[in-house]
Amino acid sequence: MRRANPVRQKLTALGLLGMPLLTYPLLALPEGHLADIPASYLYLFAVWAGLIALAALVAEQRGAK
Amino acid sequence: MLSSWFVALLSAAYFALLFAVARFGDARADSGRSIISANVYALSLAVYCTSWTFFGSVGRATTGGLSFLTTYLGPTLMLLAAGVIIKMIRISKTYRITSIADFIASRYGKSQSLAGLVTVIAVVGVVPYIALQLKAIAASLDVLFAGSGHAEFFWGLDSAFLIVIVLALFTILFGTRHLDATERHEGMVAAIAVESVVKLVAFVAVGLFVTYGIFGGFSDLFAKAAASPELAQLLRPDPARAGNWTALLLLSALAIILLPRQFQIIVVENVDESHYRRAVWLFPLYLLLINLFVLPLAIGGLLDFNGQNVNPDTFVLTLPLAHGANALALLAFMGGLSAATGMIIVETIALSTMVCNDLAMPWLLRSRWLRTVRRQDLSGLLIGIRRAAIALILVLGYIYFRAAGEAYALVSIGLISQAAVAQFAPALFGGMYWKQGTQAGAVAGLSAGFAVWLYTLLLPSFAKSGWIGQEFVERGLFGWSWLQPQALFGLSGLDEITHCLWWSLLANIAAYLVVSLLTRPDAVAASQAERFVDIFRHSRVDADTRLWRGKTSSAALVGLLERFLGAARANQQLAAHAQARGLADWRELPADAAFVHFAEAELAGAIGSASARVMVASVAQEDDLGLEEVLDILDEATQVRAYSRELEMKQQALEAATAELRSANDRLRELDKMKDDFISTVTHELRTPLTSIRALSEMLHEDPEIEAADRTRFLSIIVNEAERLTRLINQILDMAKLESGRAEWATSEFDFGQLAREAMDSLYQLFREKNVALDYDVPEHGPLVLADRDRLMQVMINLLSNAVKFVAGDDGRVVVKVSAADGLARMAVTDNGPGLTAEECSVVFEKFRQGGNTMTDKPQGTGLGLPISRQIVEYFGGNLGVESQPGQGASFFFTVPLLAPEQ
Repeated sequence: MRRANPVRQKLTALGLLGMPLLTYPLLALPEGHLADIPASYLYLFAVWAGLIALAALVAEQRGAK
Repeated sequence: MLSSWFVALLSAAYFALLFAVARFGDARADSGRSIISANVYALSLAVYCTSWTFFGSVGRATTGGLSFLTTYLGPTLMLLAAGVIIKMIRISKTYRITSIADFIASRYGKSQSLAGLVTVIAVVGVVPYIALQLKAIAASLDVLFAGSGHAEFFWGLDSAFLIVIVLALFTILFGTRHLDATERHEGMVAAIAVESVVKLVAFVAVGLFVTYGIFGGFSDLFAKAAASPELAQLLRPDPARAGNWTALLLLSALAIILLPRQFQIIVVENVDESHYRRAVWLFPLYLLLINLFVLPLAIGGLLDFNGQNVNPDTFVLTLPLAHGANALALLAFMGGLSAATGMIIVETIALSTMVCNDLAMPWLLRSRWLRTVRRQDLSGLLIGIRRAAIALILVLGYIYFRAAGEAYALVSIGLISQAAVAQFAPALFGGMYWKQGTQAGAVAGLSAGFAVWLYTLLLPSFAKSGWIGQEFVERGLFGWSWLQPQALFGLSGLDEITHCLWWSLLANIAAYLVVSLLTRPDAVAASQAERFVDIFRHSRVDADTRLWRGKTSSAALVGLLERFLGAARANQQLAAHAQARGLADWRELPADAAFVHFAEAELAGAIGSASARVMVASVAQEDDLGLEEVLDILDEATQVRAYSRELEMKQQALEAATAELRSANDRLRELDKMKDDFISTVTHELRTPLTSIRALSEMLHEDPEIEAADRTRFLSIIVNEAERLTRLINQILDMAKLESGRAEWATSEFDFGQLAREAMDSLYQLFREKNVALDYDVPEHGPLVLADRDRLMQVMINLLSNAVKFVAGDDGRVVVKVSAADGLARMAVTDNGPGLTAEECSVVFEKFRQGGNTMTDKPQGTGLGLPISRQIVEYFGGNLGVESQPGQGASFFFTVPLLAPEQ
């Protein structure tokens, strides 16, 4: 049996991790404001940006397929 | 105030630019130098961001707060499931899939009816989405021209309808310019990527203008929002809407693949699988950037137009206009136009392909008319059908826009479409991972889901706009309250999209699973299921070609290709195929399964897999393979890999065995050669004494006058030689017996030292005659050994006689030493003769090796004594050896095991 592609596995794991982070009830957790900007707005974009950065890191690895 | 002619001119210039990009892309694709790089591919995915994103998100944010983000977070998560999408791309590339309808139909046995059903659902489902774009452009024109109303504009035509005409012409020129109808449009993809850049730049520019130009940055904007209780409420996440949030996330996650245009761009238009690695993060990054300013724009609009009746869906335009930034408003209009046209171009091309391949073709193939024009080139007809389909779909969009569009915000219309295409999910994903899913199951699931969608979402949308009666929405069909479309079976508390998604997917999945489990696929469907699910294992075509058996002629297949692809393209593809098979001319191609397979794949690229199959079947007499046989062949194909691995291992084992055999053979040859040498040596050894006996005997016989003294001398030589001959023959026999293991052994227990003394005694005379001193160091008693006494005596006598033979007379000296150590009795016979060189030490135990120089000296022995002795000693588990230096004498020794002490 061929070993499954590690890059694809890492990306899928990232997606599975993102799911609870980007849905309720975790979404209701950040409260208040940071420099007047609502925490939930910052939280959503921060998690989103984090996922994208990690995905870029995994996908653009040297020699990845 | 902007001049309408200026705007029209600018739009025309923009369309011309797109056209040029597309032409350039197509030209490069034709010359084999594709301009589709990973970045272009990733940007083209942003066709996902339509007017919905550009105008609608802001409107959505004014009522739903952050919930507009679900539409973009879903795709981000979905794209991370790279394995699923790569698998989809691989399947589509391998089987020349042209659309999502083709994909699903191909999986379930290349079924025309299923392809048709998917097409109908896609067209009906996506029409609202197209209406959304029309509405957005119409609204943006209204705003730009200060709300003159979209009626009575340009020669008395409805502006929205005018837009329809312009877009239809543009899309037709743009997307179906090619006469060769293949599944990919590289020029279009390049133009879409350009549009993606334009709309991102435009939206971010407006966002920056509002956030930093009108307001004092993010903090200022949000601080002002927090001051208003309504806005503050908007910004707070509402856990009560958790179910809706998750449902919308799921909906958009499905839409990113299942919307016909997304499937077209992600899967069909993919040039290289590796491009996906860029898209997996660059496209979400694009989504993030374009959404960064949505909430600021929404809040900014609400704050700025506080209380005024401004449609929030147009904030992107109205905010710059309200602050005198006309150029920016124009840029925003161009961005919105990009968003709308990009969507309409790709969506209508994808849908027109489906309508042409999966609705029109099956109908045409059955019609009488097509048979009468049998000989004609049909590629032009295909293009014509696609163009008509584009116009038709746009008109349908316009009708929906007129019928229901006014009552809805942009995003709500889009969500209706997403919910429709979400119905493809069970059949599509089920088909990729579950072999048991059958055609009947797919039809049942799709029908059930689509029916629920129609009832709970589309019809109420018509009712809401007053197009049909409101009655059934409020009271339920036939007045039965449990049939209320938006509270089915009393399920309430969800928004209409979540409600529809829940019920339709439930019905869809349940019908798909139950019917699939209750039905059996036919042979074609079973083989397709196997190919789709195991695409990563089945990527070779050997099984594919074996799955077709029948008779056809090359001419018929070539004719078919020429009819649907056009003669030029058909010839080009045929030549490429022939070259791949190592033939110089495609006319030499045999009409075999591989050729049929190639022809069907080429046709599938043009008219879809279901129609392609029907066409190929029409010119070929196919043998019907039964379900069992198909499964057998596919099983074999999977087993072949296992077998080939096994074969490889066996081959290695075989190679090892061969090497062993070869070395054994070499050894045998060597032994054979040694045997030959032995025989020739033996005969030579026998002949020497015989020759001298014969010569002397003849002399005595022929000359009776010979003197008595000579006669006596001759006779004694004859006797000696005859004795030597006898000894030689005895020893050869002895040797042969020992080597063949047929020697008889009389094993007994005896005193080794005693035996040595006896051996010396028996040769005492010999030593005295030659005047050689014989010293010995032998214990009084023992050591005791268990061996053949006579044979060991033979060994001792051999060593002693050798010693006396080689030492010089008078001052020769031989020492015998018997000892016991390490469980071995040892006898050493040391002389002070000429000694042996290192080389002689090693060869002296070989047969017929005489001591001394055989060329000059008369042979002094038979050359068999030492080999025989060694055989005897080794038989008893001992060892016979020699230690010597030239000129220093030699010491021959042998050992035999001591008698094991009685327990």
